[in-house]
Amino acid sequence: MAVVERPTSTDPAAPRLSLWRLVWPARVPGRFRRTARVPWIPIAIISVIVVMAVFAPLLAPYSPIDQTLRDKLLPPAWMEGGSDKYFLGTDAFGRDILSRLIYGARVSLMVALLALTAGGGVGLAVGIVAGYVGGAVDSVLMRLVDAAFTFPAILFALLLAVTMGQGFGTLVIAISLLLWASFARVIRGEVLSLRQRDFVALARVRGCSSLRIMLTHILPNVLNTFMVLVTLNIGVVIIAEATLSFLGAGIPPPTPTWGLMISEGRGRIADAWWVALIPGIAITLMVLSVNLFGDWLRDRLDPRLRQL
Amino acid sequence: MTPAPMGETVLEVRDLHTHFFLRRGVVKAVDGVSFSIRRGEVLGLVGESGCGKSLTALSLMRLLPKGGARTIKGEVRLDGENILECTPAEMREIRGRRISMVLQDPQTSLNPVFTIGDQLREAIVRRRRTSGVPVMEEAVAALRRVEIAAPEQRIGQYPHQMSGGMKQRVVGAIAISGEPGVLIADEPTTALDVTIQLQYLKLLKRLQAETGMAILFITHDFGVVGRMCDRVAVMYAGRIVECGPVRQIFEAPQHPYTRALIASVPKMTGAVGRLATIEGQPPSLMDLPVGCRFASRCTHVEQRCLDAYPGTVRVGEEHTADCWKVVPS
Repeated sequence: MAVVERPTSTDPAAPRLSLWRLVWPARVPGRFRRTARVPWIPIAIISVIVVMAVFAPLLAPYSPIDQTLRDKLLPPAWMEGGSDKYFLGTDAFGRDILSRLIYGARVSLMVALLALTAGGGVGLAVGIVAGYVGGAVDSVLMRLVDAAFTFPAILFALLLAVTMGQGFGTLVIAISLLLWASFARVIRGEVLSLRQRDFVALARVRGCSSLRIMLTHILPNVLNTFMVLVTLNIGVVIIAEATLSFLGAGIPPPTPTWGLMISEGRGRIADAWWVALIPGIAITLMVLSVNLFGDWLRDRLDPRLRQL
Repeated sequence: MTPAPMGETVLEVRDLHTHFFLRRGVVKAVDGVSFSIRRGEVLGLVGESGCGKSLTALSLMRLLPKGGARTIKGEVRLDGENILECTPAEMREIRGRRISMVLQDPQTSLNPVFTIGDQLREAIVRRRRTSGVPVMEEAVAALRRVEIAAPEQRIGQYPHQMSGGMKQRVVGAIAISGEPGVLIADEPTTALDVTIQLQYLKLLKRLQAETGMAILFITHDFGVVGRMCDRVAVMYAGRIVECGPVRQIFEAPQHPYTRALIASVPKMTGAVGRLATIEGQPPSLMDLPVGCRFASRCTHVEQRCLDAYPGTVRVGEEHTADCWKVVPS
């Protein structure tokens, strides 16, 4: 090669402007950019888990609850002593681990959806009101947020489980209470800077009421941030659900949840490791995938890149 | 179109005081401002940064910044009605319809997540007086009115797809969509480049001629004042120190501050030398002197300037100045 093209950091090739660039950004020569590419593997894993959850009754080979004590503690199919009938083996009650995993995805995602809607929604509302109204309202709401942060979340969830009884509703409420404060804090920060922008002042000049400004001018501008927060918190919710179920403050047996499955398998971790390990791997894959996806989404929706 | 005849007074401000009440003390940012604007007139409000120009404008809209700013005294009469006594709900009706505003930075004046059509429509629907014409057509007409080419296409675009000058036109279209009697323009051309500035000023002039609205034009650019304004009010440390027709202010400035300001504007003709500057700093708005506020920087200062504020002296028809040394007419 006669000509050596040296990429210079002072004069990067001007990126072509097109909507496609939002999905597939150009590599900027001489500059290191993290997570520039679409995370296809995490997206695929998330999709598989979502499909599992939605079509659980169609996909699961067995009932997740019915016990077949004769077949208890069978190892996965590829291991010595494993049965073709149970691909991922069985637990101490002879229940098919694959079926429980598939149904467990349902519970995990349902909890995530409801807790993020409730907790995230409250956090969004509190953040917008505190940030926009300011003054005493802001101080009171933010002290509440500080208070929420100081309270040990797990302890609080255990307390709730004891007083309200174990169950799906209790679990969702407990996790929502854990989430709203961090949402409120981030959204408020965003609103504080938005409030200073001239278009908010001009909306008031036009005669818009505070409520209208919050709903039509502030809210759409924080939705990007909100969506990123939601994705980044899916992992938090799944782990919280697993933790609480593991501790016995979550959903009562025999309903399968990933956390509960680990809890049930932990006593036999030495001889029947698959009972606890398989749901553990599922949680790890799911949380890792949503976090990688969330990171990518945050970078994609970065306001500095939106200038393109 | 011929310029609308200058008529009755639409906006009269009397002895306006807007102060910031801070823990450290009281900042007298607007401290006794009085002026009036007639229909079809452009009043320029000039002064250096921090002299209270923008806060005066916000006081008129009753949109004071949060954090202790309060209008404690004075009257703002819009068509004779003192709007400082209006309820918040009445104020919302007044804003946009009877008094409107354009701000300095077109980059942040539009909401980035909506198309300009949506933002125009919000203003039009809120300010609607006549039904019948579809909102969409009205929005296109509003864009055409501010000389935006191909408004049918532009209406579906987002602010980031437009240039600064074009955005400022859209902001203007939104501001006048309610056909206000008074438009406050707070340095609307400062963020635009020079060629676009001229176009925008011409546009404002034309719109004013068509609608007969009064404009309060805030700027620190004397070139723009000469081009735009009928009268000028010069503001210093929270007060208007001189007010009069543009020609008189330029040709025979009475207040030493006005004279120094005009002397510091570079001239197109004549020798190129050092520009004249005004020595010193304006007084702190938290600790204002009892006498003339310009005394510490004035080259003609006397004992009486330090002892008491001079008061407003009429030096010609419509021309006033706050100085001990001017000769009343």
